[in-house]
Amino acid sequence: MKYSIFSLARNALSWHEHWPLAWRSPRPKARYDAIIVGGGGHGLATAYYLAKEHGLTNIAVLEKGWLGGGNTGRNTTIVRSNYHLDPNAHFYEFSLKLWEGLSQELNFNVMYSARGVLNLVHSPADMDASIRRGNAMRLNGIDAKFLSRDDIARWIPNLDCSPEARFPIVGGLLQERGGTVRHDAVAWGYARAADAAGVDIIQQCEVTGIRIDKGAIEGVETTQGFIATRKLGIAVAGHSGHVAAMAGLRLPIESHVLQAMVSEPIKPVLDTVVTSGAVHFYISQSDKGELVMGGDLDFYNSYAQRGNLPTIEHVVAACLALFPSFGRLKLMRTWGGIMDMTMDGSPIIAKLPVKGLTMSGGWCYGGFKATPASGWLHAYTIARDEPHPLNAAFTLERFAEGRMIDEKGAGPYAWAH
Amino acid sequence: MLLIPCPWCGPRNQVEFTYGGDATVNRPPPDAPDKTWFDFVYLRDNPRGPHLELWLHSAGCRQWFKVCRDTRTHEILAGAAQTKISSGPAS
Repeated sequence: MKYSIFSLARNALSWHEHWPLAWRSPRPKARYDAIIVGGGGHGLATAYYLAKEHGLTNIAVLEKGWLGGGNTGRNTTIVRSNYHLDPNAHFYEFSLKLWEGLSQELNFNVMYSARGVLNLVHSPADMDASIRRGNAMRLNGIDAKFLSRDDIARWIPNLDCSPEARFPIVGGLLQERGGTVRHDAVAWGYARAADAAGVDIIQQCEVTGIRIDKGAIEGVETTQGFIATRKLGIAVAGHSGHVAAMAGLRLPIESHVLQAMVSEPIKPVLDTVVTSGAVHFYISQSDKGELVMGGDLDFYNSYAQRGNLPTIEHVVAACLALFPSFGRLKLMRTWGGIMDMTMDGSPIIAKLPVKGLTMSGGWCYGGFKATPASGWLHAYTIARDEPHPLNAAFTLERFAEGRMIDEKGAGPYAWAH
Repeated sequence: MLLIPCPWCGPRNQVEFTYGGDATVNRPPPDAPDKTWFDFVYLRDNPRGPHLELWLHSAGCRQWFKVCRDTRTHEILAGAAQTKISSGPAS
């Protein structure tokens, strides 16, 4: 069923009791042309684009829990493409362009809100780096605008722009097309569209082993039995290393926990996304009114999907240094998600050294905004058996070849990116 | 909060420590083949379960030591905390 004003009106007349299910819950078939492991935004997008762009419809998405129950539902919903290095800039800009048309593409309102992403600048060195990055973005055809402290003070009155601030603000780099997207709707929209194209979405089906014969994929062992396939795509974020190990691979990835939190809901006070690299903090206000914020990793390997109090304290302290007026608010919820931190801070969207095996992972902090492009390019790589120019640099081999894509120049420490 | 057992100072709040990563990787000799160096610098087992890791008591006695911690629960497992090592992670 196509969602529209007419379907809404028709269903209103029957008291909204007869809406069809948005997707089926089939039993797995014995064999698929391609299987995607992971029913988050990335896996569902991969299946959707495989069906839509490449005509493969005998596809399954296997999810061990429920759709979007991992990092798709745990991120802070920010989308942007304000990167410095060419491979990242082109990749994330492709993603942002897909975001801009995604609600129409999927016939599902993902609530893309181009409210802008503002990176605050706190020092002359910070300013040099920001202007350099802004110039690199503009040379790559991406919008970027440098704002003075006075511009920012006029726009965001509750941000402490005074010289007495703990970390005085001297300016900011703004990407106006950046903003937020409702993350659950991304999983649901892709699931519904993929299902309509014939993709089997199988929840409560955990992959427990990968069967390989003579260096080629034969299928997967799951909690619902063996399923045969020649093409297997891994899109499991924080568990990339865990699933790749089933194929005998070690990855240049460590799993770390990243926390996020929301305040109680309040009336509109902040109409953009504000971030600060200096204090390691980002904040926006959800449509429900909660202030959504986050900061650093907890800085130790973790699969726990929850973190510890010192990091929460750090995030809240950074929040109050920038927005003193938020000090009266209550924190309503905190949670954690598992980041697949690569050794250079950039993703891996590539064929792996087993025939028929691919992955899209290593998302570090940045997986949500990459969702559409990750799915699009992962699907291309699976269908064509070769990478697209936009993901050609995001190989697994780049680490051995010395072709790192290290945006921050932080070096091979997974938790430093 | 993690209560990290420093072998010299006893159990202390995690905010006094700096993480040093996987303690099972060993720095190869300078003339080791590239593949060995690649494994050491980039590849990790990244286990879901017990993880032997390095911590530096940076706001305390400034000693490096090993801790075995479960990455699923953050529980610090007994056994490895008293292991003394001679140097920190490769820098």
